[in-house]
Amino acid sequence: MILVSVGTQLPFDRLVHAVDRWAAERGRSDVLAQIGAGRPPSRVRWVRSLPPAEFRAQLANADLVVAHAGVGIALSALGAGKPLVIVPRRALLGEHRNEHQVATARRLAGWPGLRVCDDASELADALDRPPAAPPAGMLSCAAPEPLLASVRQFIEMGVAA
Amino acid sequence: MPSRERRPRVLAIASGGGHWIQLQRLRPAFAGADVTWASVDRGSAGDVAPDRFVRVPDCNRDRKLAVIRTALAVLWLLLRVRPDVVVTTGAAPGLLAIRLARLLRARTLFLDSVANAEEPSYSARLAMGHATAVWTQWPHLARDHGPSFHGAVL
Repeated sequence: MILVSVGTQLPFDRLVHAVDRWAAERGRSDVLAQIGAGRPPSRVRWVRSLPPAEFRAQLANADLVVAHAGVGIALSALGAGKPLVIVPRRALLGEHRNEHQVATARRLAGWPGLRVCDDASELADALDRPPAAPPAGMLSCAAPEPLLASVRQFIEMGVAA
Repeated sequence: MPSRERRPRVLAIASGGGHWIQLQRLRPAFAGADVTWASVDRGSAGDVAPDRFVRVPDCNRDRKLAVIRTALAVLWLLLRVRPDVVVTTGAAPGLLAIRLARLLRARTLFLDSVANAEEPSYSARLAMGHATAVWTQWPHLARDHGPSFHGAVL
């Protein structure tokens, strides 16, 4: 099953409809898209927003995740051991307030299990030849120790003796 | 050094999606604290069980009535929890918590999302001057009179 997520709020029709066209061409019916406020696709199954528990269940079932370049979905998908294809939203195309997803995509590019695509043809290629699953335990569920130590120190300073 | 009589009370608050996921990655730092988590999806309680979880309504700056509703919920939450420390990874509910926590003299930390790689988020800029500390997750965005860098959640 391919799970598509562009978050639960802003539309990202460019991504959703590129997957929809690809699914129609390939005759794939095992696609579920969470489309937020976007225009519904014609072929693939879609839902505006999945509650967190339902999203986790769908993620567990997925063989491949296709998403906008959001930090949350990237951490969730890779952390769950799922290969991930991401397309950054472009402010230039009215897909977000600013170009931060391009920066996020740049930061994530090169991670195992992940491929960054900039347009529909790259996306179709990535769907035909999805990345291999990320190695297990690549993402522990905790931030690296230096940040944790700083937060601990901040909390300690805040306590009245 | 005087002995401590109780564990620090921490309120860890964020909106949904990536903000919430980044906040959870700080969890080991709260190990010695009495932590209350708050976010915008009721289903997120399962992510942090058995810790205490409180749902607050989400909002963004475009909808003033929703901002007021969230602010009231956050204020009520703060009055119940009486945190020593508020930690947030944004966005709007965390910013409101930081502004309101001043009334309770809590120390407040705004950790800007790792998604903000080119400039601090709007919320982080609004938090400056109100939060005890504003941290960026990108070393090149650290400034003497701006956010500081102490590492990233990734």
